Amino acid sequence: MAPLEHYLILSAALFTLGVVGVVVRRNAIVVFLCIELMLNGANLAFVAYGSFLDSLDGQLIVFFVMAVAAAEAAIGLAIVVLIYRNRESTDVDDVNLLKL
Amino acid sequence: MLTSILLLPLAGVLVNLLFGWRRGEKFAGWVATGAMGLAFLAAAWGFLSLLGLPPGQRALRSFLFEWIPVGGLQVKASFLLDPLSSVMALVVTGVGFLIHLYSVGYMHGDRGAVRYFIYLNLFSFSMLTLVLGDNFLVLFVGWEAVGLCSYLLIGFWHERDSAAEAGKKAFVVNRVGDFCFLIALFLVFSHFGSLDFGVVLPQAAATLGAGSAAATLICLLLFAGATGKSAQIPLYVWLPDAMEGPTPVSALIHAATMVTAGVYMVARMSALFALSPLAMGVVATIGALTLLLAGSIAVAQNDIKRVLAYSTVSQLGYMFLAAGVGAYTAAIFHLVTHAFFKALLFLGSGSVIHALHGEQDIRRMGGLRAGLPVTSWTFTVGGLAIAGIFPFAGFFSKDAILFAAMTSPHGGLLFWLAGAAGAFMTAFYMFRLIFKTFHGRCSLPIEQQARLHESPRVMLLPLQALAALSIAGGWMGLPLIRGADFFGDFLGPVFGKGAGAHHEVVLEVAMMAVSLAVALLGIFMAYNFYIRGQGAGAAYGRRWPRLYRLLLNKYYVDELYDGLIVQPIKRASIWAWRAFEDGLVDAAVNGAGAAVEAAGGAVRRLQTGYVKSYAVAMLAGAFAILVYLTVRGG
Repeated sequence: MAPLEHYLILSAALFTLGVVGVVVRRNAIVVFLCIELMLNGANLAFVAYGSFLDSLDGQLIVFFVMAVAAAEAAIGLAIVVLIYRNRESTDVDDVNLLKL
Repeated sequence: MLTSILLLPLAGVLVNLLFGWRRGEKFAGWVATGAMGLAFLAAAWGFLSLLGLPPGQRALRSFLFEWIPVGGLQVKASFLLDPLSSVMALVVTGVGFLIHLYSVGYMHGDRGAVRYFIYLNLFSFSMLTLVLGDNFLVLFVGWEAVGLCSYLLIGFWHERDSAAEAGKKAFVVNRVGDFCFLIALFLVFSHFGSLDFGVVLPQAAATLGAGSAAATLICLLLFAGATGKSAQIPLYVWLPDAMEGPTPVSALIHAATMVTAGVYMVARMSALFALSPLAMGVVATIGALTLLLAGSIAVAQNDIKRVLAYSTVSQLGYMFLAAGVGAYTAAIFHLVTHAFFKALLFLGSGSVIHALHGEQDIRRMGGLRAGLPVTSWTFTVGGLAIAGIFPFAGFFSKDAILFAAMTSPHGGLLFWLAGAAGAFMTAFYMFRLIFKTFHGRCSLPIEQQARLHESPRVMLLPLQALAALSIAGGWMGLPLIRGADFFGDFLGPVFGKGAGAHHEVVLEVAMMAVSLAVALLGIFMAYNFYIRGQGAGAAYGRRWPRLYRLLLNKYYVDELYDGLIVQPIKRASIWAWRAFEDGLVDAAVNGAGAAVEAAGGAVRRLQTGYVKSYAVAMLAGAFAILVYLTVRGG
């Protein structure tokens, strides 16, 4: 079995890819995908620790995260659809009503 | 049973409020009139049951409920029927009933007739509360409520600017008096610890002491309240303008009842006024001055209702003159007869105005006797009564006042002279009005003359009834025949006097003859000026143009008040508006807003509105926390 570090490095890489995507990309759907990437990076770290420590706690938390991610996907995509209807664009930089 | 006197008009208000709008003008008019008729019967019943009691104990009290039980202040909603309030209640309900009846005809076809009858009944209820109240506060409630109804009815045709303005003027001028009245109530409470008539008035002498400063102050403040409500110098200016209201309102409120509330109040407080000779002197002097001032203004006015309005102010002056010399019985006697003949005169003028479709200028009238026979003779009866011609009602009451002004310990020759001069002016302006309106050549356009018609029966009936009262109303107070002065004997105990005061018959007959001669002289001069020598009156006006203009413009008192009081207050208000409202209050509010806005402007760069910058901020925050935990943990 591969050592724990490998899992953790992969997890960190996924998470970092997600972060960079959220910050850099403009398309709301891509930003959304990147958030999923971050969540799954974190999930990988949880299950890796769970497996190495012989504990079910890690898997338990992953189930929670997946449930939340599913709910978030439903609401998030609905918001994206509405933004597109209103603004004819999915560019997050166009959603700036809070600005004066 | 006592409370039913005042609850009946209130019931009329409620019925008309609930059903009057839908059932229409006719229904509302008869409900209101019926309520007043029943109230009159109740008042008559109360009067008869008072007569059944021995003279010293004539007082019926009715306790409704504890109104304000707060600490030391115990105010009951209770009512008192004694000879004084019984006379007032009879006048209010009796004359009020006739005027309601007249209104059914007069207001026919007016869009606001239902509203009118609701106001009129509400006024009757308030006025009865005023005269029947058994303590200062119930009286004050009635006092304020009649002021409100007066405001509502003066401004009844509020589409007309002048009517709305007149209502406002009446209300504001009355506030000045009401304010003084209220302070007097505070003083009474602080000295007596109670506001009940039954507590305060009997103890007045013992608590305050005769001639004390407190008694004088209370009495002067009470009288200041009366000058507002009863249109005396200096607060009389609202009454002539109040003629903007419908004519029956002028008859009921601004001639027969409400404006006499001040006289009633002074008479009711006679125990207090007895303690202060100074206040009595002020009352009598103001009364005498008012009767001369208003009487002389009435001589030169050309609006039929304004002549009557100034005449009312002048007659109220007589009543205060009487009250001021301690002749309260004479004051109330004149109040009653005045209610009869002045209501008659106003209703008669309303009948004229009705027939001429709103014309009020006597210069455009004349010769109306042929077209309006009933109005003409009833109006003449009213004129004879107010001029004090024997044996009409005004003769007896005016004679009683003149006699008291001369012989009372507080009176004097000057007061009598003022009263006699007033009697001359009264006779002159009244008959000037009668001659110019009903006699001589008709100056109306021909087509209007042809359409001239007498008012409907429902309006003539009250005129005839009031004419009968104006003839016979004075006979209940015959001064010379001992035992026939029913009025004086009935009211006497209220003012702490024994029945049947001694009269010096020779002096009284001589004074009667003088006042009668003076009145006849006034009528004769009016006849000379306006009937025999056509235009002689105008010639005198041209000979003394200054005097004429002074009288025509009412001594410029309105202009004086405008310059001395109204305009400075307006300017001060505008200044306060600019300085405080704009400079202080608005500045503070706007300044607070501007400060928040400036602070917001300084930090608003943090909010870029870009989702990504928020994400970066969150990330940086999470990273910072992570670093902190790692460093601390290591």
